[in-house]
Amino acid sequence: MAIILTETEAKTLLQKVLSYSKADECEVNLLGEQRGNIRYARNEVSTSGGQINQNLTVQSAFGKKVGVASIDEFDDESLQKVVRRSEELAMLAPENPEYMGVLEPQTYGKSNGFFESTANVTPAKRADAVAQSLSQTREKNLVGAGFLEDSRGYNAMMNSKGLFAYYPSTNVNFSLTVRTPDGKGSGYVIRGFSDFKKLNTQTATQIAVQKCLGSAEARALEPGKYTVILEPTAASVLLENIFFSLDARSADEGRSFLSKPGGKTKLGEKIVDERVTIYSDPANPELPASPWSGDGRAQEKTNWIEKGVVKNLAYSRFWAKKKGVKATPFPNNLIMAGGTSSMEAMIKSTKRGILVTKLWYIRSVDPQTLLLTGLTRDGTFFIEDGVIKYPVKNFRFNESPIIMLNNLEELGIPERTVSTESDRNYLIPPMKIREFTFTSLSDAV
Amino acid sequence: MKRREFMQLSGLSLGALALPSGLVMGREVSAEQLLQPGADVAFKKQLADIALNAARSKGATYTDVRIGRYLQQYIFTRETQVQNVTNAESYGVGIRVMANGTWGFAATSDVTPDGIATCAATAVAIAKANSKIQTEPVVLAPQKGVGEVSWKTPLTKNAFEIPVKEKIDLLMNVNGEALKYGAAFVTSNLFFVNEQKYFASTDGSYIDQDIHRIWPTFTVTAIDKAAGKFKTRDAISSPMGMGYEYLDGLASEKIPGPNGLVGYRNSYDMIEDATMAAKQTKEKMTAKSVTPGKYDLVLDPNHLGLTIHESVGHPLELDRVLGYEANYAGTSFATLDKWKSGTFNYGSKLVNIVADKTQPYTLGTVGYDDEGVPCKEWDLIKDGILVNYQAIRDQAAIIGEKESHGCCYADNWNSVQFQRMPNVSLRPGTEKRSVLDMIKGVEKGIYIIGRGSYSIDQQRYNFQFGGQLFYEIKNGELVGMLDDVAYQSNTQEFWNSCAQLCDKDDYRTFGSFFDGKGQPSQVSAVSHGSATTRFNGVNVINTGRKI
Repeated sequence: MAIILTETEAKTLLQKVLSYSKADECEVNLLGEQRGNIRYARNEVSTSGGQINQNLTVQSAFGKKVGVASIDEFDDESLQKVVRRSEELAMLAPENPEYMGVLEPQTYGKSNGFFESTANVTPAKRADAVAQSLSQTREKNLVGAGFLEDSRGYNAMMNSKGLFAYYPSTNVNFSLTVRTPDGKGSGYVIRGFSDFKKLNTQTATQIAVQKCLGSAEARALEPGKYTVILEPTAASVLLENIFFSLDARSADEGRSFLSKPGGKTKLGEKIVDERVTIYSDPANPELPASPWSGDGRAQEKTNWIEKGVVKNLAYSRFWAKKKGVKATPFPNNLIMAGGTSSMEAMIKSTKRGILVTKLWYIRSVDPQTLLLTGLTRDGTFFIEDGVIKYPVKNFRFNESPIIMLNNLEELGIPERTVSTESDRNYLIPPMKIREFTFTSLSDAV
Repeated sequence: MKRREFMQLSGLSLGALALPSGLVMGREVSAEQLLQPGADVAFKKQLADIALNAARSKGATYTDVRIGRYLQQYIFTRETQVQNVTNAESYGVGIRVMANGTWGFAATSDVTPDGIATCAATAVAIAKANSKIQTEPVVLAPQKGVGEVSWKTPLTKNAFEIPVKEKIDLLMNVNGEALKYGAAFVTSNLFFVNEQKYFASTDGSYIDQDIHRIWPTFTVTAIDKAAGKFKTRDAISSPMGMGYEYLDGLASEKIPGPNGLVGYRNSYDMIEDATMAAKQTKEKMTAKSVTPGKYDLVLDPNHLGLTIHESVGHPLELDRVLGYEANYAGTSFATLDKWKSGTFNYGSKLVNIVADKTQPYTLGTVGYDDEGVPCKEWDLIKDGILVNYQAIRDQAAIIGEKESHGCCYADNWNSVQFQRMPNVSLRPGTEKRSVLDMIKGVEKGIYIIGRGSYSIDQQRYNFQFGGQLFYEIKNGELVGMLDDVAYQSNTQEFWNSCAQLCDKDDYRTFGSFFDGKGQPSQVSAVSHGSATTRFNGVNVINTGRKI
């Protein structure tokens, strides 16, 4: 059997699994995925390979007693075995007071995240894309190290109340670090797309090369508070710490940056600059995502922060019922609305500031305030009177994305980018921030 | 999986538990199935010989084959509920070959003579294809075959033989004690791993190994709803290369510290630690916010281990030094010219850092690495001077070594093996000295325990570390708990400020269970031993903010 099942094949398989069920309720999740990659370093291909993954998970329930089992083999005997195993576990399990039962059939919006151009990538095509990058770094006597990984796959689910959902998707991520042979300059670029046709490794490489050459012989500036322009990938690794903390239950329980004194939450309150709007929308053509969540709930366009105000939090169905609110699921994608300024215009309007290409090794310092630490890397430049003057040595920062979004100066045009921490793709604008806190200098290049 | 994802999981606050992809490898099985024996050694040798012969007939000049069965059991709970019990098994073969001076690798879950022969042919085809763009052939350090040998983690209680119910009862007791002593929330987890690995190579080695690892951990949260404040404290256990006996909580393995604190050597009392954690988390709520400035730091082994890991372990990985990790983990400040000079002062004269894969009860210890090299111990930093790196067979020649250090590891049969960190440890002091003795000599300092927030640059110069517990030291005495503490330093400066070491009686290991490296990322487990150590005049910042 193929790893990537069509909608009809997935439906047939899921129906077969459900036909084996003897439980009060049964829900089956199915996925298949193929990945291919090529890695290079020191201007030579170092490793290349592929991964195949398929999985079927069965959840059986007798009343509120629930059991879950999964399997990666799909022959009839294995399918029957995994259903029986989930039922045995359910019989042994204590009652789960938070079990909500399976959902009735839902209506989902349309979202196209599957592109043949990505699904049909061959090892030769992958090697060709990398060759276009390697030829530049070799020619210029620079040292390239990069990674290209493409994937195609699908998720599907069906339950005993007749709910069925299917979503196929593709993705390609490409990242490259270019260094000078003496190690004094380093530049970086990262790109992520659903459609392989949009990936141009040649132009991406030009950016990393330019940053590498421009970053050599960096000067030291005193640490302190600076106006910064964060490129989208640098902003994403900070902002995603807000995205990961949208859980209503944690906020209600008093253990989130969204909790506030007196046991209440910040839902409905303005927490950042009014130009900040963060939303999810599975149908966004630039960042398509599955229109349903893992438990079958429909994903709708949702504003999480609108004009600086917390508009929605994510709920499990249990917690939503307990609180008597709509059970909005965790989003499958995240988009931050932007402005109209180009990167060049943002630099031009900066009297004194620092352009940040990438932030590295981001760690939470205090979950109460979302204080994060990390360092700049692979292209940090000083801006004076509207022009990039010279490269500067890397800084360590200690900053909260909430404080940062209160110190917003300007937003650029959103673009699709990849978090270098989580590998997730986002649609995020470059942003100019005042009083960003750099606390020490690093000698690292 | 990245360590970050895992940390999010271990301190899990979401209602529904979804395991991040990559945490569990293989298919889910019953707990009983984990106890079934894998294929016997004679059969594995037959299969391995098929791979070796098939690759040779296709033109390979060297081949190694790993037949691996990887078992995992993970248990997750919160307060009075079991959130998830995962049993997983993964079985297959990875074949690595050299052809035309180039590596090729292929893996299959089809563990049959035909499946293995096909896989070996694929590996050779990949090596030959890649050799067309290779400019320099790979040079392997020689390794004499070791014949038919075996190695097992020395354990007295196989964790996989302990009923799941007993493990859940333990975690429920842990949670119960934490809640009894004032915790608002508690999550607790148990991780068990068993790698059954059979390695064979054309050097004439046939190595059968049975490796066990264990990690019990928890996070306790205290809440002041009125003030809108919360604080947490994680377990001060260490992941170990041991069986379930690690959880015996033997009194003989406890090291009493100041203020009723307890250090755990090779036996852990999880309930006692949870009780202390609940009390300490409440104390943290009213702890004094630190005044930034220079302090002498007294660092407990359960904290210092991570600083060693990040500022010594990673920068001395030879593949990083050479640039193979430039696009992801980064390169290293500890460049070859510094090592060649023979005079590079990594630390003060007290700093002796040793690499090993032989220390009992540790995560890095095995009989042989994943390219059949017998494990050993060697110096990385001697009397403060950088003297060596961590290398594998295709790197040894670069640093003039005649043999590999035995640092090759793959996290599964379907991952290609590459250089991973061995145990990297700071030797204890030779003079008799307890923690109390050390604190007595400190005028203005902070005593730090446990693994907290950590971040270091891509060449391992500048770092910032937090912890779980901070105690202010004034004129030789602990005067109370501090909050909002993190120290920032530079690797060379920090290790040169190393001023005093406790002795071997205080020596303990810290561990990292899911250390991430490579693209696609692979995990490995590694230990770091030390005694409590003093560092003078380190820059401490205040991390308190208002939003």
